[in-house]
Amino acid sequence: MKYSAFALLREAFRGHRGWTPAWRKAEPKPHYDVVIIGGGGHGLATAFYLATEHGITNVAVLEKGYIGSGNAGRNTTIIRSNYLLPGNEPFYEWSMKLWEGLEQNLNYNAMVSQRGVLNLYHSDAQRDAFARRGNAMRLHGVDAELLHRDGVRRMVPFLDYDNARFPIHGGLLQRRGGTARHDAVVWGYARGADTRGVDIIENCEVTGLSIVNGRVTGVDTTRGTIRAKKVAMAVAGNTSRVAALAGLRLPIESHVLQAFVSEGIKPAIDCVVTFGAGHFYISQSDKGGLVFGGDIDGYNSYAWRGNLPIVEDVLEEGMAIWPGLGRIRMLRFWGGLMDMSMDGSPIIDRTPVDGLYLNAGWCYGGFKATPASGWCFAHLVARDEPYPVAAALRLDRFATGALIDERGAGAQPNLH
Amino acid sequence: MRINCPYCGPRGNEEFAYLGDATVRRPDPAAEDAAAQFYEYVYLRDNPAGSHRELWYHGGGCRSWLVVTRNIRTHEISDVAFADAGDKP
Repeated sequence: MKYSAFALLREAFRGHRGWTPAWRKAEPKPHYDVVIIGGGGHGLATAFYLATEHGITNVAVLEKGYIGSGNAGRNTTIIRSNYLLPGNEPFYEWSMKLWEGLEQNLNYNAMVSQRGVLNLYHSDAQRDAFARRGNAMRLHGVDAELLHRDGVRRMVPFLDYDNARFPIHGGLLQRRGGTARHDAVVWGYARGADTRGVDIIENCEVTGLSIVNGRVTGVDTTRGTIRAKKVAMAVAGNTSRVAALAGLRLPIESHVLQAFVSEGIKPAIDCVVTFGAGHFYISQSDKGGLVFGGDIDGYNSYAWRGNLPIVEDVLEEGMAIWPGLGRIRMLRFWGGLMDMSMDGSPIIDRTPVDGLYLNAGWCYGGFKATPASGWCFAHLVARDEPYPVAAALRLDRFATGALIDERGAGAQPNLH
Repeated sequence: MRINCPYCGPRGNEEFAYLGDATVRRPDPAAEDAAAQFYEYVYLRDNPAGSHRELWYHGGGCRSWLVVTRNIRTHEISDVAFADAGDKP
């Protein structure tokens, strides 16, 4: 059913008895044109764009848990396209453009809020680096503004501008950046894909991949064998495990990233602010909770939970820019599994197995990429060629040396 | 997570720095297929969801390189030993 103000009014008079589930509980069929492994944001967006942009609707999305149980429901909801390198920036800007039209496209309120993303700088050298990044963004047609201290102070007056170690000198602002409701994004994509005929099969874990003469022919799952012409992997932290079913070894390590939310408070911070001298990012949800996070724990993990040293580290960084944070109680924190690639950038590419496609390496930047990731992956799966803005996100770049290393940290995933 | 350093005893993991998989070996740069071997050595990882041998450096203590055997699903550490010459990066 289409959501609209009229539908809301009609249901108000009917006691809200007419709403239907947003997607069907589909049973697996024996054969599909495309099977997508992973019912997260990226997998569902891929299914949605396969249906809407390429007319491929005989598609199944297999999810081992329930929709929204993985990283889609665990991230800090920030959307932005403020990257430096030419391999990344056009891709993330395409994602930002898709975010801007997403709700109309999906007929779903994803609460996309372009409230601005402000990256603080704390030294002259960092200002120069941020100016360079801002210029690179503008050369790609993306909005970027370099603010001095007074400009930042007008936006967020309560920060600690004269901190002895990390004085705030200014910030790089992308006004079009902001936040989106993470659960609503997956729900919206799931509903949009389902409406167009895609089967979304929850509680269905892939246990094997059938490969005959170097070509994928289907998947074995906990709910039976499903044959498929093409199989697309979008499984984030479990990428190495699923790829191992096809005998592939990938340039990926799984790490845990923790995120935090405080008790709900009155509106305090109306943009996203990041700390430049470390790694800390904070925004406020519409419920009032402060949503924030920092670095990954830094060691391989499939445990969905982290350790206390990073909790301490993140809170110290928060206190360094916003001492008032210390008067607010923390409500909860949790962990998600990151598919950390060896250069910190993602992979959307074919694999050495015919008919098997890879979407991975999102590190801790996967949420903002959701629409473009789905768009580009759908294009790759449907046409066997990369969409232009994702052409650099190749699997073989590690062998050829065409790395996309934003951080410049080398092949050390825990440093990206 | 606490790591039982063979020299210093059990210490919090914040005293240690993590390097990664301890099973990869630096290949012979004079080998015929050295480029392919170095690609695997530098970039490819098994990334298992279970027992993992990994290198940690006790920078906040005895400054030893350690090989820790840890279950990556539970963070349970089953063995800690000094890295020998073959393990060192």
